[in-house]
Amino acid sequence: MRQTTTARWLAATALAAGLAVLAPGLAQAQAKGAPAAAGAKEQFFPLLVYRTGPYAPNGVPFANGMADYYKMLNARDGGIGGVRLTMEECETGYATDRGVECYERLKGKGPTGSTAVHPLSTGITFALTDKVPNDKIPLITAGYGRSESANGEVFKWNFILGGSYWVAADILVQHVGSLEGGVDRLKGKKIALVYHDSPYGKEPIPLLQERAKMHGYQLILIPVTHPGVEQKAAWLQVRRDRPDYVFLWGWGVMNSTSVKEAIATGYPREKMYGVWWSGAEPDIVPAGDGGKGYNALTFMSPAGTGRVHQDILKNLHDKGQGSGPRDEVGQVLYNRGLASAAVTAEAVRVAQERYGKRPLTGEEVRWGFENLNVDEARIKQLGLEGMMQPISTSCRDHMGGNTAQVHTWDGKKWNVAPKVYQADMQILKPMQDAYAARYATEKKIQPRDCAKEAAN
Amino acid sequence: MGFFLEVVLGGLMAGVLYSLVALGFVLIFKASGVFNFAQGAMVLFAALAMARLAEWLPDLLGFESLLLANLLAFVLAALIMVVVAQGIERLVLRPLVNQEGVTLLMATLGVTYFLDGFGQTLWGSDVYKIDLGLSKDPLLVLGDFFEGGILLNRDDIAAALIAVALVAVLALFFQKTATGRALRAVADDHQAAQSIGIPLNRIWVIVWAVAGFTALVAGMVWGSKLGVQFSLAILALKALPVVIVGGFTSVPGAIVGGLLIGLGEKLAEVYLGPIIGGGLENWFAYGLALAVLLVRPQGLFGERIIDRV
Amino acid sequence: MLYRENGQFKTRYSDDQQIFPILQDRWLVMALIAFAFIGVPMLASEYMFRAILIPFVILSLAALGLNLLVGYCGQISLGSGAFMAVGAYIAYNAYTRVPGMPVIGAFLIGGAAALLVGIVFGIPSLRIRGLYLAVATLAAQFFCDWVFARIAWFTNYSASGSVSVPTLTVAGISIDTPQSKYLFCLAIATVMALAAKNIVRGHVGRSWMAIRDMDVAATVIGIRPVTAKLSAFAVSSFVIGVAGAMWAFVHLGSWEPLAFDVNRSLNLLFMIIIGGMGSIMGSFFGAAFIVVLPILLNQVPAWLGVPISTAMASHLEFMIFGALIVFFLIVEPHGLARLWSIGKEKLRLWPFPH
Repeated sequence: MRQTTTARWLAATALAAGLAVLAPGLAQAQAKGAPAAAGAKEQFFPLLVYRTGPYAPNGVPFANGMADYYKMLNARDGGIGGVRLTMEECETGYATDRGVECYERLKGKGPTGSTAVHPLSTGITFALTDKVPNDKIPLITAGYGRSESANGEVFKWNFILGGSYWVAADILVQHVGSLEGGVDRLKGKKIALVYHDSPYGKEPIPLLQERAKMHGYQLILIPVTHPGVEQKAAWLQVRRDRPDYVFLWGWGVMNSTSVKEAIATGYPREKMYGVWWSGAEPDIVPAGDGGKGYNALTFMSPAGTGRVHQDILKNLHDKGQGSGPRDEVGQVLYNRGLASAAVTAEAVRVAQERYGKRPLTGEEVRWGFENLNVDEARIKQLGLEGMMQPISTSCRDHMGGNTAQVHTWDGKKWNVAPKVYQADMQILKPMQDAYAARYATEKKIQPRDCAKEAAN
Repeated sequence: MGFFLEVVLGGLMAGVLYSLVALGFVLIFKASGVFNFAQGAMVLFAALAMARLAEWLPDLLGFESLLLANLLAFVLAALIMVVVAQGIERLVLRPLVNQEGVTLLMATLGVTYFLDGFGQTLWGSDVYKIDLGLSKDPLLVLGDFFEGGILLNRDDIAAALIAVALVAVLALFFQKTATGRALRAVADDHQAAQSIGIPLNRIWVIVWAVAGFTALVAGMVWGSKLGVQFSLAILALKALPVVIVGGFTSVPGAIVGGLLIGLGEKLAEVYLGPIIGGGLENWFAYGLALAVLLVRPQGLFGERIIDRV
Repeated sequence: MLYRENGQFKTRYSDDQQIFPILQDRWLVMALIAFAFIGVPMLASEYMFRAILIPFVILSLAALGLNLLVGYCGQISLGSGAFMAVGAYIAYNAYTRVPGMPVIGAFLIGGAAALLVGIVFGIPSLRIRGLYLAVATLAAQFFCDWVFARIAWFTNYSASGSVSVPTLTVAGISIDTPQSKYLFCLAIATVMALAAKNIVRGHVGRSWMAIRDMDVAATVIGIRPVTAKLSAFAVSSFVIGVAGAMWAFVHLGSWEPLAFDVNRSLNLLFMIIIGGMGSIMGSFFGAAFIVVLPILLNQVPAWLGVPISTAMASHLEFMIFGALIVFFLIVEPHGLARLWSIGKEKLRLWPFPH
């Protein structure tokens, strides 16, 4: 026999040693999760990120933006209201089960537990939506997640700040309608949706179908299987059907592949419109010169730099403490992470005004998220002037904002068109309420009574 | 009719790309009976090496020419792949000689994970470019016969030419050189080859090195088309049906299998997709392979499996 | 000295044929089960339950199912993720569409559906074997991926393709705390493991092992390959289907088709390879190894005080995972279960050399 007894015993002892280390090690891992020394003035933020895998090109700048903003608050202001911010990253790889594991591991850390969780993945959002009401941690899904979670009466702990996929789809239809001279002129036109075959990609379909009924355009659905590197057949279909517009709903490497295949099949990039998750530098730069003319939606904060970026560069990058490379600061997804962090910090600040300048629990911060009023003046104070849309939430409305602009790639940078579109809430609100009611009956949740709560 | 031709051509081109990856599988299986699941990871590793080297060398050595950068990167990456392939053979497969197929398959799966992590550690996990200097715009030919012309892509044509060149080189290598003959002898019958004095270990090392080189060519072609990123490793799963259809031990089988699978896939997606729902490329390729298997279990060009009780 | 069969005389055939003929074995296993049911819920923290114990129990059941097919019958299957998906989605449909359906009933229906699908995709095994069969099962994997992503009926026409289940209640007891979830899964897993052990000890299991070892010879002596192989697929898929339903209902709560993709299949295969093919105990060992290892690898840099980025930690995890798999395959290709049985053999002689 080739395996000697010694080798077997080596393996056995190695294994036993490993297992023996495991048990106390894991106990220690949970001990770390226990609340820090009482009296520590710290607010803990879990950072669920994906820096590896097919979605990493888009996940990395977003994660860097968020981390940089929190670190800058510590460096520049000493935290929020004197409470220092602590954070810990956990790699999810965009996988739902890893995301859930990260959430469970981090939810108890810090003196008051996790402040808020940003999963940056629709799949993880769906899984966590069921868990956060028990754990009392706000789930912030700015610009993604379940569109119906804008309804705060059913989704007490979800905050889809700034916009949802239905908002994005609605604005896209409004925009191409305006190009045609009015949404009624869309009758008889063809719009193709090239989408990631996952809950993320399928979300806009109900709204696009609703609008198709209203305006009479033909909606062509073309799914792309994860991870989306094989798109030749999809774009050959586009070539055959010759739609007037293509809406791109991809993420990660699917985006750049879509643009490249569009070039390869000769579909004019000027007629392509990506959702705000398909319109960042990692998506268009790999396509080189051929990407000129590609359009996408902006969300919360387009590319560019403002006062807050100067603060970040001065306090972090100049001292070598930036989370990522210097030239990433000011890119689309970096800014989006930054804006998400800014809104979260703002919620903590608002909650501190009510509960005091101390480490706050998830429940208290939730109140903060529900009473956000980030108006133009506040945006200017935050140093994001001209780079963020106002957000104002309430008990009923956990979205707080539903605007976006269109930006176009000119080969070197994004040029934002000045028109600010607003989603048509007359179409969206009934849909949101209907889907939310369905969720409430499915899960046997009693919706809140906002009027009663306001009276208290 | 024009569109149908476009789909056919597109499918054949995609098939060529699959064949390039499948070639690596076939080479290793032929010589050592190991199904190398790590071929996809090797393609990724090779492509990453070439992409990053092509990026770093001009700055390091101070020259501008794209062609020179690509050539140097190619040569260096080939050397790296030879080292990697030898490492795999020596560290993983030699200790596992004579184990069952499943064990070897699992070992190569373990190597896949290792190469994935190692490659991204060494070269980074962003999307990188391999620029072969080809224009990405479509080429429209035969505009007189078909309205609008037939769509062709320059990088697809380049890929096809490179594949033909690679197969020719491999064919020459196997037919005309002594090492090639020794490889064929080992592939035919290990014991007989050993009995006439062919050193098996050395031959296996050479086979793995050749497979590594093939992985580099495949990676270069795929990388220039799609950009070099993590998902290239998933190509291994796409190349499996190709090897099934063609037969595990046949190089022409890999080519023909690739063309068939590519063609079938694209035709199904474009014509069947709208009827029963899109996104069926993946399982259709496997279904096609399964259909071929049920009719001809050894694949189109494979050797018949004879069982002795 | 301690572990000898000395003095244990069997007077009845049934005593001789029990699963654990040695008294010490029986005590050990009883103690283990008692600890699992009583001790663990008292000692473990919520994180341990949610992140380690519940996934471990469910995945060990799935690995057990796969082991029946791959380890005992020798048919390589890379499509176990698909069978889990079938179990999960059919159980979901049974639970939500049929009013008053009990949870266990939904699981059993999910398992039955997986059984039927398993038989259908097992038919190629009658013609092809080895790696070719692995490819056929991959076809099942991708086909099921597509079916659950595309055909809206399975997801109850949900717009996003994602489904979720409300809190489960079994016999009036609500399964919402981590302890109750763990005990629920453990109970199901124990019952099915016992059933599986008895199946493999009987004539069905022996026919599987005969097919695995030398299928032509088995046919010659009269074992019908059709019955043996398809029954292996059937039983294996049933177990995997129930495990899939448990994974979806109890652990995830809310899931989409990507939760059961080819990575899950490969994961299960790793579990049984490392744990030991052809061994019920091996499935548990392998599952423990694979569930705990990534978490462990993630924590190690933190304890060593080495600050590395999460990306680097993730890459290291991959590398160490791959290296460990290769290491185990080289050192002990028959898996951890073999190490365990060697240990027991040595214990029977200890402290004497022979």
